[in-house]
Amino acid sequence: MNIYNNTGPSVRHILDLDTFSKADIELVLKNATTMEEVLKRGIKKVPVLRGKTIVTLFYESSTRTRASFEQAGKILSADVINVSSSTSSANKGESLYNTALTLQAMKADIIIIRHPDSGAPNFIARHLESSVINAGDGMHAHPTQGLLDLFTITKKLGSVDGKKVVIVGDVLYSRVARSNIWGLTKMGARVVLCGPRTLIPNDFLNGHRAQEGHPFGGVEVETNLEKAIENADVVMALRLQLERQRAGHLPSIREYSQQYGINKAKLSLANQNVILMHPGPMNEGIEIESDAAHGQYSMVEEQVTNGVAVRMALLHSLASDSNHPTNSNSNKEIGI
Amino acid sequence: MTDKLIQSPNQMKRALTRISHEILERNGGVTDVILVGMHSRGVPLSKRMSSIVKNVENRSIEVGVLDIGMYRDDIAEKGVLPVRPTDIKTDINGKKIVIVDDVLYTGRSIRAAMDALNDLGRPKQIQLAVLIDRGHRELPIRADYVGKNVPTSREEDVEVRLVEIDGVDEVVIKTRSRM
Repeated sequence: MNIYNNTGPSVRHILDLDTFSKADIELVLKNATTMEEVLKRGIKKVPVLRGKTIVTLFYESSTRTRASFEQAGKILSADVINVSSSTSSANKGESLYNTALTLQAMKADIIIIRHPDSGAPNFIARHLESSVINAGDGMHAHPTQGLLDLFTITKKLGSVDGKKVVIVGDVLYSRVARSNIWGLTKMGARVVLCGPRTLIPNDFLNGHRAQEGHPFGGVEVETNLEKAIENADVVMALRLQLERQRAGHLPSIREYSQQYGINKAKLSLANQNVILMHPGPMNEGIEIESDAAHGQYSMVEEQVTNGVAVRMALLHSLASDSNHPTNSNSNKEIGI
Repeated sequence: MTDKLIQSPNQMKRALTRISHEILERNGGVTDVILVGMHSRGVPLSKRMSSIVKNVENRSIEVGVLDIGMYRDDIAEKGVLPVRPTDIKTDINGKKIVIVDDVLYTGRSIRAAMDALNDLGRPKQIQLAVLIDRGHRELPIRADYVGKNVPTSREEDVEVRLVEIDGVDEVVIKTRSRM
């Protein structure tokens, strides 16, 4: 994949980080730095996406991701339309396919979709001329979160390469964890997954490691939080997906929070300059304690700001008309 | 493809020295003047001019960096290029801005640069300094300070090479061979 290409086909959709090369990720992070400068201006507006229409199509609730995309689009001068399933014709039974076609017929250039079913963005990307960005699909992927987390680590620690990153909690249901594992391993981090065995995907417990050369072959699993956190450069707490906890993975929420809740005391076992990240929304008192969530190591608010910069960089990369299949020979479907 | 040398290192140095003096003369010194270099080659040029000014005036002149990637009008034709940070430390309201670029051609980059500056504030004046003016304007734009006027045809490319980026100081004209 080549995001920036001034001669030929370029990326059309952003569906997950598995199709991103290390160089692609580095380029996004570099451009996000530029976008950060725009965010700091008195007049936060540049005209690069003037005349482009962006639609956010959300079938799940969201505060930060949707607002972040809207803010990013508006700063770049695009027109942003927000559609959420609860107030749309999805309520009347319209299918995802038909809704997406309708939005495309209104000349949406970029459709940003969040959906409870894994693969929904990939499905509509196959059928649409518009560019599609995955803003989180089921248990599958959340690539823009992965990129903003990489941006946060790079900004704070200089680079991702060689850093020990501990991802704590509900890895099983977490699309954030999946996209982060792709991004972090590509950028050379040492990734450790930590949580009860019932919340770690089976492949990590027994599959990948046996396979020589698997991209996740180096990902470690450590069920003891104190051990996992030792010498960590980054601790990434995941939201315990309470809405998905009906399968009896945990004896009790209280026990989970005692064993795997991140607090200030546990963070003191990590590297001195450790940073604590959480993709939000936080269940304070369950996977993260207030003294950590709002303490000196916390990056939670910076992650949100960085998210706007990273999404600006991504929207900008999709801006070129030459990406559009009707305008050039770019029928390449990348990321599907 | 043939290269024709139109400016040697010494000629470039003299041109930059003259432009720097002209800027001082026109603006009555360095007060409230900011040199803003355009990516990429305007940046080292503006830095060189500021060090020439420092030698003459014993006072340094402010230098900033401007990227016009998000203000171009030809994204549809040329595709998306990586954007680089704009870095102007001070408030530009009420200041005299001198845009510094290597080659003035159609004038479209300068139009974009003026739009970019307007988004940062309202300068008192915007002036333009270029090392080479090659003609063929497509917009009503002219330079206030010119190192060298070079008549060219549209089939030719003017290439400015600088030590900081290309390892050598020179300006050459290249003729695109017709197939």
